[in-house]
Amino acid sequence: MEEKTAAGITGKTWPDVSLEPSTKEFGERIRLDPPVCGLPAFRVQPELLYNAIRFLKENKAYRFNQLTDVTCVDHLQNGQAPARFEIIYNFHSLPTSARLILKSWIAEDDATVDSIHSLYKNANWLEREIFDQYGLRFKGHPNMKRILNHKEFVGHPLRKDYPISKGQWLSEADDLLDELEIRHRLDPKDDDGDRERMTLNLGPSHPAAHGTLRNMVELSGETILYCIPEIGYLHRGFEKNAETHCYNMVIPYTDRLNYCSAIMNNVGYVKAVERLLNIEVPERCRYIRVIMCELSRIMDHLVANGANLVDLGALTNYWYLFSLREKIYNVLEEQTGARLTNSYTRVGGVWADVNENFEPSVRQILKDVPRHVNDSLKLVARNRIFLDRTVGVGAISAEDAVSFGYTGPCLRAAGVDWDLRKVQPYYHYDEFDFDIPVGERGDTYDRIMVRFEEMFQSCRIIAQALDRMPDGPVNIADRRYILPPKEEVYSSIEGMVSHFNLVMRGVRPPAGDVYDATEAANGELGFYIVSDGSQNPYKCHVRPPCFHIYSSFPTLAEGGMIADAIAILGSLNIIAGELDR
Amino acid sequence: MRFLHPTPGLSGIPQEDAEARSREILQRARIYGEDRTLTDQMMLTRLDSVVNWGRKNSLWPFIFGTACCAIEFMAVAASHFDISRFGAELIRWSPRQADMMIVGGTVSYKQAPILRRIYQQMADPKWVIAMGACAASGGFYDDYCTVQGVDKIIPVDLYIAGCPPRPEAILGAIRELQIRLERQPVRV
Repeated sequence: MEEKTAAGITGKTWPDVSLEPSTKEFGERIRLDPPVCGLPAFRVQPELLYNAIRFLKENKAYRFNQLTDVTCVDHLQNGQAPARFEIIYNFHSLPTSARLILKSWIAEDDATVDSIHSLYKNANWLEREIFDQYGLRFKGHPNMKRILNHKEFVGHPLRKDYPISKGQWLSEADDLLDELEIRHRLDPKDDDGDRERMTLNLGPSHPAAHGTLRNMVELSGETILYCIPEIGYLHRGFEKNAETHCYNMVIPYTDRLNYCSAIMNNVGYVKAVERLLNIEVPERCRYIRVIMCELSRIMDHLVANGANLVDLGALTNYWYLFSLREKIYNVLEEQTGARLTNSYTRVGGVWADVNENFEPSVRQILKDVPRHVNDSLKLVARNRIFLDRTVGVGAISAEDAVSFGYTGPCLRAAGVDWDLRKVQPYYHYDEFDFDIPVGERGDTYDRIMVRFEEMFQSCRIIAQALDRMPDGPVNIADRRYILPPKEEVYSSIEGMVSHFNLVMRGVRPPAGDVYDATEAANGELGFYIVSDGSQNPYKCHVRPPCFHIYSSFPTLAEGGMIADAIAILGSLNIIAGELDR
Repeated sequence: MRFLHPTPGLSGIPQEDAEARSREILQRARIYGEDRTLTDQMMLTRLDSVVNWGRKNSLWPFIFGTACCAIEFMAVAASHFDISRFGAELIRWSPRQADMMIVGGTVSYKQAPILRRIYQQMADPKWVIAMGACAASGGFYDDYCTVQGVDKIIPVDLYIAGCPPRPEAILGAIRELQIRLERQPVRV
């Protein structure tokens, strides 16, 4: 029954997976858990985690080759829990499109888990994050160091007993030499002897570091030998804030995750909450969400490519691309009331229906996009300097990209034809006719060109959605989730009561977990929400696409020149708000 | 005889006195038969006025952009809003070459020592604009990692409300700073 309704929400259910052989092999120590809103879940004993995960990855029947996410829940306020911490692994198999969740209880006194960084490359940073936020240690991890909070931070902020507003000052920024030391020890690159090595700090306030990204590089001449990225400069405590706000009050915080395309985050979040609530939004709402998301995708790619080309010295592209962005801003502002941080969606619908100007202005945008984008493409597509600086620079193989947890344009540039809108379609994406651009080499050039092409494909989707958008309500009728219209509030007792109830008590989903993902501009944007039945999420974890992609930056940058690192960094489109949350 | 942006009362001389003095100079010049040369080539003003006139029309901004506000600042710098209309388009990425710092975005405790150091690296005279709710007060991030306003670590001249502020608000703040600059004594 639950499976069936879950299928209705997404259009297609998450593909099922059966772990019969594994349960035979591991016996009682691995057992089936209640599914996470349609996703199969298994409960594993902690000492078995490493072996079970290796089995899942290497067994021909499963091939879970991508680690989507690792997160942790602190069950301090849950009296029923057998242990304080619960670690949650989220796997994804690109060949079979199956997904799987592994959970394990970890007691507080021996809060140690085997590290899986040797199986999945993105596990390195994910485990550091859990150590930083929860204090769980990972055995065999090469660099168990804080990642989001600063080095002088005491305590673990996402533990339930850490007060949210207890800030801690930092006296001096980290010099990162200890991490460089570890790299020297682990893989010493040949010392060429005659040339002197130099360490150079890039960022976090650097013209090409996009605000808050910092890298410590060790150079031989101008070649990067080692690159140590440091993140967390824009860590704003999204998850802790979400735990203290009602479900609808979290929406403005999601705006500020990937602030280049705020509406896509709004949609991703409310879609997860709606899945948890088991409600379906009306048809018109779905089409509006699709159009808004695709407009946001175009806006995001405009910033990504515009900024990247500025970093390469091609300033004119920025003027061309940003003037188009300004036009889309105007449409969004007219419909949502805000230029950048729209907060447009609500659980169960959207803030308001679009007005009569919507269709003509969006159709005008569809005419403008090819004009502006082609203006920019004409400047770069056959430009010798551009080609020299991007072709073959920062290439990543498809296998590595998957292992690093790449999703979105960066994964497609590496030659993997994978897009959530095609693989696990939601909101009628399976009915739209559009193509997925795929690169060949996975280099900077491919990433830029995939983004350019995706803008044209988004236009195709928007045109079809506009044609098919039906009339009707944009919000569900259920008064437990959506505010009644004002005239009803002022004229009837039922209206006033439900208004009061929703404002004072908020949306209250049933207890349980949910993982849901949408294809955002940078890749798979997932939300893992744990509800305890109250008005606030007990835990709201976001799976940011950037975090996984940026963890591969040393691999891409090392061996190249400093100037290449700048080009690569821009093409990955790392948005700090999403990276650091 | 022209006066360039007379700023009364700054150097202790009332405007009428200043005009009287310039008339006196002119009178003296006439006696020596050099009035044409003088009126054509000489301009009388105060040091404060002429220096401030230069400063206010060539503010060199340093963008300490960390978050969403930085994206909105990009819109200010881009073709539609065009910050160069106000003489502040030469965005410097080195604090050594800038005199107006715009802090756009959330500043975390991890970022705080860096912001302070960059501010100290800027040469005097310098002005700081706190752009947006986060820079002004921490915004709605009242939590363990966010500095509750950059004025906790550096002096701020102007605050811009909004999350993020509209581009017009940023241009308005630059205009406001220019107006204040006109009245500022050059010697500190």
